[in-house]
Amino acid sequence: MEIKVLGPGCPRCQQTEKIVKEAVAEAGVEAKVEKITDIMEIMTFGVISTPAVVMDGQVKSAGKIPKKEEVRNWIKKEKAAS
Amino acid sequence: MNNKVSCECMETTIGDSNQINLRKKLVILTITLIAWWFTYHQLSKVTGWFTYDFFGLERGTHLGEAMAFFLYDVPKVLMLLVLVVFGVGLLRSFFTPEKTRDILAGKKESVGNVLAAGLGIATPFCTCSAIPLFIGFVEAGVPLGVTLSFLIAAPMINEIALVLLFGLFGWKVAALYLSTGLLIAMVSGWVIGRLGMERHIEDWVREIRSNGTPLFMETMTWSSRIDYAWQAVKDIVGKVWIYVIAGIAVGAAIHGYVPVGFMASFMGREAWWSVPLAVILGVPMYSNAAGIIPIVQALLEKGAALGTVLAFMMAVIGLSLPETIILRKVLKPRLILVFIGVVATGILLVGFLFNALL
Repeated sequence: MEIKVLGPGCPRCQQTEKIVKEAVAEAGVEAKVEKITDIMEIMTFGVISTPAVVMDGQVKSAGKIPKKEEVRNWIKKEKAAS
Repeated sequence: MNNKVSCECMETTIGDSNQINLRKKLVILTITLIAWWFTYHQLSKVTGWFTYDFFGLERGTHLGEAMAFFLYDVPKVLMLLVLVVFGVGLLRSFFTPEKTRDILAGKKESVGNVLAAGLGIATPFCTCSAIPLFIGFVEAGVPLGVTLSFLIAAPMINEIALVLLFGLFGWKVAALYLSTGLLIAMVSGWVIGRLGMERHIEDWVREIRSNGTPLFMETMTWSSRIDYAWQAVKDIVGKVWIYVIAGIAVGAAIHGYVPVGFMASFMGREAWWSVPLAVILGVPMYSNAAGIIPIVQALLEKGAALGTVLAFMMAVIGLSLPETIILRKVLKPRLILVFIGVVATGILLVGFLFNALL
């Protein structure tokens, strides 16, 4: 699974990255968490409010810090789908 | 573009706690609202009793006046804040920056400016997101001036400022702030649009193409909207309560101890230069609305003119240094200067207007 956290590097984006990493660890799945800070690349996901979370190319949330349970639910769903 | 962005954001996290069903939430909400209403109307009596009977302070003394002011205003403002942040949270759950962009894309200039300023209030916005938002708007064909109308209105007219103005000065001043703020956003954006400064957008911005990726859209149920609004209350009130108390404490001290008319000599309406001075002082200052307004209240009460004080406030929260620094990344220096110049002129005019009229 490939997870991307999109955000130009504000505190809220870092918090999002932390939450995502924790959720991945708790879910016990193999996932690569990557932080995207390049605006050009962020724009390619059709997101204009950050932080945003992308899983396997699919935007899961934008413009807010997700909760950990929420991220875990996404991971679960993605896992079931694959 | 990897430099750290520092910005103060009151942003809402969101959960998926739908364990309690909608009906139960509505019942809880109704009961809370009734309790709120009742408490709010008893507040003056209760805090008066605390000040004069419980603490035994005397009416008319410096300490008594300051204490009564503090004890009444803190709970009053905090209660108003909770109510309004909740309401605005509900409203904002209907608007995302992505939706706003779709509404504004393809709109003509004047109509677009009006819409953009209005949507600036309804859309959750954070200075951190200013760049992707700017690029997203411009790329979708939203005219530059319309985009700027949005970016002026969004920080300037915020719910915290409105609550505090309403709580401390009454609805007239709050309405005045809301309408003049909107007007400045509309007209400034329109003027910049007229100047045709599109080529002063940084080149790298114009090269970005998002390949027509459909924007991310989220669907929300009523139950999750209520959660969202409640989360907004927890996040925002949780962050600003300390500023509210500190600000009101300063306000209370001035209220009790600084003589009436003290400010009139240099912030009164006779001193024409007080408005530009207020704007010049206000722009580099960066405070959230919660911290600034109680001080503003104290200034007003001691004889500073309303226009001067409104101009000061707009300059502090509407035209902030962090936002211009962030916008500088996408706007060339000339456009940034024009942006600051046009908005500052608008604020000046508002200041002069109110000093002349009121």
